Amino acid sequence: MTHLSPAADGGRTSRRGAAARHGRIRSLTGVLFVSPYVLFVLAVFAVPLVYTVWISVHRFYFTAPGTHADSPWVGLSNYRDVFTDPVVGRAFVNIVVFLVINVPLTVILSLVLASALNAKIRFRSFFRAAYYLPYITASVALVAVWQFLFGTDGFVNHALGPLAPDPSWLVNAHLAMPMIAFFVTWKQLGFFVMLYLAALQNVGKELYEAAAVDGAGRIRQFFSVTVPGVRPATTLVVIYAIITGANLFSEPYLLTGGGGPDHASVSPVLLMYQKGIEQGHPDFAAALGVVLVCFVLLISLAARKLTERGT
Amino acid sequence: MLRRTAYTLLVLAVAGAATACGRAAPDAEMAASSRGPITVWLSNNAQEVAWGKKMIAAWNRLHPDQHVTAQQIPAGKTSEEAISASIVAGSTACLVFNTSPASVPTFQKQNGLVPLSDFPDGDSYITARGGALTDQYRSPDGKFYQLPWKSNPVMILYNKKIFAKAGLDPEHPRLATYDEFLDTARTLVHSGAAKAAIWPAPSSEFFQSWFDFYPAFAAESGGRQLVENGTPRFDSPAGRKAAAFWRTLYAEKLAPQESYPGDALNDGKAAMATVGPWAVAAYQDSVDIGVVPVPTSGGTPPQDTYSFSDEKSVAMFSACRNRATAWDLLKFAASEQQDEAFLDVTGQMPLRENLLASYPDFFAEHPLYKPFARQAEHIVEVPNVPGSIDIWQAFRDAWTKSVVFGEEPTGTALRKASDRIGKLLDEYGDPA
Repeated sequence: MTHLSPAADGGRTSRRGAAARHGRIRSLTGVLFVSPYVLFVLAVFAVPLVYTVWISVHRFYFTAPGTHADSPWVGLSNYRDVFTDPVVGRAFVNIVVFLVINVPLTVILSLVLASALNAKIRFRSFFRAAYYLPYITASVALVAVWQFLFGTDGFVNHALGPLAPDPSWLVNAHLAMPMIAFFVTWKQLGFFVMLYLAALQNVGKELYEAAAVDGAGRIRQFFSVTVPGVRPATTLVVIYAIITGANLFSEPYLLTGGGGPDHASVSPVLLMYQKGIEQGHPDFAAALGVVLVCFVLLISLAARKLTERGT
Repeated sequence: MLRRTAYTLLVLAVAGAATACGRAAPDAEMAASSRGPITVWLSNNAQEVAWGKKMIAAWNRLHPDQHVTAQQIPAGKTSEEAISASIVAGSTACLVFNTSPASVPTFQKQNGLVPLSDFPDGDSYITARGGALTDQYRSPDGKFYQLPWKSNPVMILYNKKIFAKAGLDPEHPRLATYDEFLDTARTLVHSGAAKAAIWPAPSSEFFQSWFDFYPAFAAESGGRQLVENGTPRFDSPAGRKAAAFWRTLYAEKLAPQESYPGDALNDGKAAMATVGPWAVAAYQDSVDIGVVPVPTSGGTPPQDTYSFSDEKSVAMFSACRNRATAWDLLKFAASEQQDEAFLDVTGQMPLRENLLASYPDFFAEHPLYKPFARQAEHIVEVPNVPGSIDIWQAFRDAWTKSVVFGEEPTGTALRKASDRIGKLLDEYGDPA
């Protein structure tokens, strides 16, 4: 049996105490560093989300400070209004149309372009900047360009002559939403190309060499090496494209004049703005917002399952 | 030490957030008789800002103890959104010199407005200044929450050079009846003189109907409002005629179905526009313009033709702590002398009776404004009813679908819109 001298025991206790103090200091330092972000998340996400859910089950409108306004509990009444409003249904159909066009197109074009820009081609830096430029340009400015291109008297209609659609692209009930989907795809392509370019740096060159030795051509290499190699990035691109797409606002508002003919390009967020801000129904807008969050979550989860299948 | 710093930061953050979120309202009774410095918001129209600065400077010279600071309305998609947000934040200026009557019911519902009728001379001052025209601006509870300040009565402005190019008489254009207007429009477009006869925004924003349907309906109906006595009035022979008239313009491509990305009249793309007197100053250096009243099916004499007012009011907001000063300033700004200065600088019509007789020198010097002054005597306002914006949006949705794009007969669309708006009025009348 070993006996520790009091001095030795005291030394171990003191070392243990010092370690504990050090741990506490480290832990406090960690708290200090994360606290601004925690406060930020609480202030701009968690609290507003909880408040939104609360508003959605009450009859509510915004009032001046210090004035009394009843906000009675109405249960799911606002949700019933949301689900029975035909414009809401149209907005969600529009978003589905948008996502069906935008998401696959974004994934395909950005991966193909990233692969091309990853190869040693002339003017590579120029092309990288050229694809990124629309992403960092304000939507308002780009919308003007698209109106010039696709307006009734626009460049495209002049080129098409008698084949130009009537009504024209941006005011055509059948073409307005696809046009917005193409516009957003083009505008955001630079960002997704950049994501794929970063992902491509992690695909080992030896894989391409091995594939080449096995007789795989460029296209075979693309499908057998590049596509599986950037799968985590594809999941990110798909989910990010779904989230930003479902939150579409500026483009239908600016490009098609407040939702297009007969709500042909109205989006749920544009509708939330119209109902909540313009028409003073924040309770309806809050319920619609909660439905939209659930919709995006479900689609994002499904997309994740789909893109990660087989990994 | 670190723990203390962490706690201090946390307390500061919470205190900061609490201060930012803290919203204190002034005591209404005390504020009503209180005097002192105030802030007012002006529209961001350059001429109005120029007038406002001079007016405030004159006030400040006379009342150094009640200093007024003027700012332009904070930027937003529309002024109304910026004002609505500031009501909730409790940061509205005392007076806003550009309050849309369509938004007054919303601001009222937000408890954001001070009833001007509660000032001892409130009602008498407003009615003495505006006469019978002010009746349309009373809220359903019988009080004034706005001072009807200035109107921009909508008329047809036309480009004389384009009319001449199309072989039409620019001094005596045939635009009084629907048939004349349509014939003239056809000549303008088919001759190639202009791409469009007229080019109002065909888009879906709720307020766009104020510049196509509403002036036409006001003229055709002899001065009816969209909603009167809690009932929609546009599903009527007058409403159907006005809608059919505009449908013909769109169907024959005399009016484009797409918004023009700029100013179509100024750019020579459209031969006509539905605008108020503000446009005279804007166009007179670039376009040789003429002015006529809005057409009707039978050709109403100009002196009997009604139109939409496009009026803007001055409203006092509940965040104001020195309301006695604000009320005095409001009367100072809307005085006969300041109205003359306002008319002179902006060309917009102060909402007073007998403008031509009140300011003869101005109209002698600027004859192009005379038709607008006459029109200002026959104006129709948007209905002052709860749910005003909802109602206009419902109407606009029906309009774009049927009149602009022809996806539904105009009569059917008006009937459906009338039913929908009737339900909205019922809901607002009985929110429970």
